[in-house]
This record gives sequence, structure tokens and C-alpha cells, in this order.
Amino acid sequence: MDEEYDVIVLGTGLTECILSGLLSVEGKKVLHMDRNDYYGGDSASLNLTQLYRHFRPNQEPPAELGRDRDYNVDLVPKFIIASGELTKILVHTDVTRYLEFKQIAGSFVYRDGKISKVPSTEMEAVKSPLMGLFEKRRAKKFFEFLQGWKDEDPSTHQGINLDKDSMKTVYEKFGLEAGTQDFIGHAMALYLDDDYITKVARPSYERIVMYTSSMARYGKSPYIYPLYGLGELPQSFARLSAIYGGTYMLDKKVDEIVLGPDGKFVGVKSGGETVKAKQVIGDPSYFGAGKTDGEGGKVRVIEEGKVVRAICILKHPIPGTEDSDSVQIIIPQNQVGRRNDIYIAMVSSTHNVCAKDVYIAIVSTIVETDKPELEIAPGLNLLGQISEKFVTVSPLYTPTSSGVDDSIFVTRSYDATSHFETVVDDVHDVWRRVVGKDLELKKREVEVEA
Amino acid sequence: MMMQKNSSAWLWVLPLYYLRKLYPPPPPPPSNLHRNLMSKQFQFKLVLLGESAVGKSSLVLRFVKDQFDDYRESTIGAAFLTQTVTLDDGAAVKFEIWDTAGQERYKSLAPMYYRNANCAVVVYDITQSSSLEKARTWIRELQRQADRSIVIALCGNKADLEERRQVTQEEAKKYAEEEGLMWSETSAKSGDGVQEIFTEIAKKLPLTALPSARSGAARPAGGARAGVDLNRQAGANPGGDACNC
Ligand SMILES: Nc1nc2c(ncn2[C@@H]2O[C@H](COP(=O)(O)OP(=O)(O)OP(=O)(O)O)[C@@H](O)[C@H]2O)c(=O)[nH]1
Ligand SMILES: [Mg+2]
Repeated sequence: MDEEYDVIVLGTGLTECILSGLLSVEGKKVLHMDRNDYYGGDSASLNLTQLYRHFRPNQEPPAELGRDRDYNVDLVPKFIIASGELTKILVHTDVTRYLEFKQIAGSFVYRDGKISKVPSTEMEAVKSPLMGLFEKRRAKKFFEFLQGWKDEDPSTHQGINLDKDSMKTVYEKFGLEAGTQDFIGHAMALYLDDDYITKVARPSYERIVMYTSSMARYGKSPYIYPLYGLGELPQSFARLSAIYGGTYMLDKKVDEIVLGPDGKFVGVKSGGETVKAKQVIGDPSYFGAGKTDGEGGKVRVIEEGKVVRAICILKHPIPGTEDSDSVQIIIPQNQVGRRNDIYIAMVSSTHNVCAKDVYIAIVSTIVETDKPELEIAPGLNLLGQISEKFVTVSPLYTPTSSGVDDSIFVTRSYDATSHFETVVDDVHDVWRRVVGKDLELKKREVEVEA
Repeated sequence: MMMQKNSSAWLWVLPLYYLRKLYPPPPPPPSNLHRNLMSKQFQFKLVLLGESAVGKSSLVLRFVKDQFDDYRESTIGAAFLTQTVTLDDGAAVKFEIWDTAGQERYKSLAPMYYRNANCAVVVYDITQSSSLEKARTWIRELQRQADRSIVIALCGNKADLEERRQVTQEEAKKYAEEEGLMWSETSAKSGDGVQEIFTEIAKKLPLTALPSARSGAARPAGGARAGVDLNRQAGANPGGDACNC
């Protein structure tokens, strides 16, 4: 290992794998290491043995759950927005050839004690109890306004300035009720809290358009999901990196981040050897996350809140979801007197993530109190009987410096949003810091077909 | 905008319905499925395994492009190729060939690699007995990790280097018989035995199996996977074949 690399990447989570894939394609010499003997880090999908080793080290997986290898349980609940930024990267890098996707069957919102489907067809819209007759007419005018908006054509603006007026102004112009605002802001724009209402309307407009165009793309919901779990995503980018010469080492403990006298990154010490590189990228766990005693060197991240996640194994679909094989359920904060929404993401054997007749639901939210598990109770209560439950409270870390001075670039933890858009934001951000210019997605050369 | 003549007021309560008209969903797969079943084309995932430098990539290069390169670098770049074999009965078997891309070197091959592999070619170098040992390790790994129906072929490469032979035919053949594997020798350099090994594998694959989503059975070729196809742009020319594999 006395070779020198351009970049050492620590941790094989999705963010790191996208970065090492893209860097390798650019011709950088990349060494990618992970302390675990599996790919994916915090965004891995685990089989039963790994899942129990992770959460209940002293317990064997119950035999009734079936075969170990049928399971790919995500640690972080996220779906891919069909017309979102991750999809663009997947298509541009051609890693789609290693992956197969299915739609998420439905999207539901919680309202007044029960859940209703976000309409995806005319019939569903007509029948939807989410709005009354007159409110539907008002909502129609609102959506037509958004859909008809053209920046360059003031006649489509109806007196609104998306870059100056707040979303509140827009809602008021169309006279939308609070419940409809909840629906639009949380189930469509996918905001976790209500802060967006007082901010300028443009980002909300963009999110709603992205949601509706994603919904329109495949029909049932705005989301798609990779067969065999989200852990396939980092693996596919790792393969991309390897194909372009990236070196992969799993099960490799990182002892030390070695610095030069000037405080700049020199190399990574592992198993008594130091591998040198010009730059290092890594997830927060390699840079002191959660450690106060300085173990593993200087702490380079700070905590910005916590997420509570409960992975629940069910033997039935979620009640009230028309027996859907996969769903998202959003409990808008207002409905349960909170500041942040509660999310439920459920997938099943249709997605090759568990045995037949088993359903995996993850309930999550941003922690607001010192009793996080109680906070997700409104979500857990919707699931019916829960066979197994694994609860984690994960701090969200963010880097304390840009890395430009010491060549150490730290990525962010996986947040509470229900999709990967912020992960892609982080990829762009790290890329800019590491490479010094914006990431441009070029379509990879298509390989020879005989 | 986009108001249609015969729409009821209901049609516009939410934008989804008319958005669907703006971005028509991709055409449903059955037409494709039908076409591929009619032309009897089947697609199978084939993975290559074996010690470094035994000639995995050379075998693929010979099979796919009928070329050989004496000074081949360790695999970088094209590690995903396709090639079609036509059997005597007219059935076309398309191999989707995965090369390891070096990820196995530090025991870091991703589970994705074996996932749904229909067949594996485990290669050793007849001039290196240690490479047969390594091949045995890979075969054990496949038996543990891969789909139970996987067809495994053990392949002794560099048969042109007879004078430097360390692994006898008898030894390898006996082992293959014990484990129920196909076995043959090849030379990626001369081309001997290369086409044959892939054709033999094609014959062994269950062409009767109903194509289903990555269940270990054959998939219909032509990108007609059961799921959603991201490469098919919304609103793209319907019927346009977005397969790029
Ligand atoms: N004489 C002879 N040389 C061969 C044959 N096949 C491959 N080689 C040579 O063996 C070397 C290694 O071949 P590769 O195809 O790169 O081997 P590989 O198994 O793909 O190696 P990695 O990618 O490192 O795992 C090259 O120098 C080839 O030219 C063969 O049949 N006969
Ligand atoms: Mg090779």
C-alpha cells in the first residue's frame, strides 16, 4: 500500500459512493475504505443477521422471519423522487444498468385521525375527502396558476411575484384553507415544518412542480425505489468507481487521520500503515462524530439536532392503505401538535427487501423532546400490530469547516427528509469544495455493445 | 392553458391528471415482452470470477470482440458488456457480462455482483496451481451467496501455454464433477474453446423459465424489465427503445 492516491474516501454511504464514482470517472485515483464489512455505512440495507448484530448483538434473528438473505432492511427511510436530482445522476452515470426500480404504490396523508390517499387519478381526486367541493375549486385555480406560470410572461403572474411574495400571500390570494395548506406544503412540497410559509414562494413553487411532474411520470406516486433496498445505490456507484480504477477495501479500521506539520491532511493510518493522498473525504463517523474525548483525532463535526427512526417489521400491510405493497404516509405537524412532520415509509417483498408477507415500515421524525419514542407514537399507532421494532436516535452531524484549508472534506449525516434531494445537494457541495468547481453531469461514454 | 373541451370541472381539481397528459407515462412493457418472447431472445446475467491475471477480461474480449491483447492492463473501464449466442433451435441468448472490476481484490466485492447472476464463469490459469485454489474459494462463495439455480462453469484458461502447465486436466475435471460444475479449457489468446464455453452455458440455461423481475430466471431482453425505466424520458417517443445495455 505504498501507492499514493488523489483522494481517499472513508465510509461507503451513498454520498461518499456517488463522490468516489464521479471522481474516478474524472480520472482521479481513488482509495475507498470502510470500517464495516458491508457497503453502505449509515445508508446500508442489512440482511437479518446484520440487522440483529447492529441492533441486538445478543439476540439471534427469530426463525419465523424466514431466510436471512431475503432481507435488505434500510437503515434510513428514503425514496427516490422520479424527476428529482438523484434520478439525474443515476441516468447520467449509467449506473441504472446495475439497478432495477419499482414505483412506490401510494402516498397518503394523515388528517383528522385517519389517512387519505393523495389522489393520483381523476377518480381519486373526485372522491378524495381531503378537500370539500368549494375548496377543490379554489385548489384547482391555485394549481392552474402554478402550472401556467411562465417567468417571462407577466400575464401568467396574476399580480404575484414568486421571488418577493411569501407563500402565505399566495395561499391567501387563492383563499386556501389551513388543511389544504397543510396538504400542499407537507404532502406535496414535502416541507417538514411550516417555516416555508413566511418565506418567498419560489422554492415552494419549484417543489410542487417537481412533485407533480414526478407523480405524472409513472403514475402511482412520485417515488421510485430500487429492488433489494436502498443499499444497492451506494453499491452501484462503488462499482462505477471500481470500473474507473477505484480501489475498494471494506472491513478496514481507520486508526488515524495523519496531518502534516502545517495541519494539512497527509494520509490515513490503518493497520499500522499510512496511505498517502492529496485529499480525504469521509462521513462524520470518521471525524469524531459522537466522540467528546478526542478519540480518533480532532472532532470536525457538530451536531445539528437528532432524528428518531423506528424500523418496524409487520406481518400485514398498513391498515387503511388499500393493502398497498409500498407507501409513504405523512403526518403533518399541525395534525398532531408538533413542529416537525412524522413520516412513515413502507416497502415489502415486492421490492425484495424481506420475506413474502412481511412489510417493513420505518417511522421517523426530527426529535423535539427528551422522549423521542413517544414523539413517533402517532405514526406507530397507524401500523397495526408490530412484530419487531428497532428504534434509533441519530444525531445529525454537519462539518465544522469547508476543508479548503486542511484538505479534509466531511459529508453530512442523512437527514429526516423522505427523499435524496438533500443528499445530492451535499454531493454538489462537497464536489465544489474538493474539485474547486461546479459538478457538471456529463453522460458517460456508452460501453461497447457487440 | 391545456383546457380540454370535454373536461368536467372535476378533471382539474388536482393537477395530476392533466400533467399525465403533458408527460405521458412510458408505454407499458408487454409489447416489448411480447416481441422478445416471439423472437425467443433471453437475457442472462453472467459474472466472471477468479484470481487476478488468470484472463477473465481477456476471455470476455475474445468472446465479445474476437480480440486479444498481450499486454492487457488489470481491468479498468468496460466491465459491462453484452454478447448474444444463437443456439441451433434459433433461440437467442443474450449475456449481460459483469467483470469484477477489481473489487474482489481486497475482499470487497459487493453483494450486488452476485445478485441474480444466472451463470458464473470461474476462471483459473492452467500454469498456476494456486489459481485453481482461488477458483475453489470462489465456487464455495457462489454456492453460499448466489441463486441456487446458478449455472457455474469452471474454466482453465491459457491452454496455449501447454509447456508450462501446472494443473492437469484430470485434476480439474474430477473436482468439477464432484461439485456438479461444467468444465473446459480455453485460450483467450488463440480463441480455442472460448465460443464453446459460452454456448455450452447458453444451452444449460433454463430458456423455458418465465421472464420475471430478477428472480433468477431469464429476463426478456430489450430493457423490458418489470420495473420502471429511468432512461425512458417522460414524454419520449413512445415505442422508442431506451435500452442502452
Ligand atoms: N498466453 C496466454 N495469455 C493470456 C491468456 N488470457 C489472458 N492472457 C494474458 O494474461 C494477462 C492477464 O489477463 P487479464 O484478462 O487482464 O486477466 P484478468 O483475470 O482480467 O485480471 P484482473 O482484471 O487483474 O483480475 C494478460 O497479459 C493477458 O494477455 C491466454 O489464454 N493465453
Ligand atoms: Mg480483468
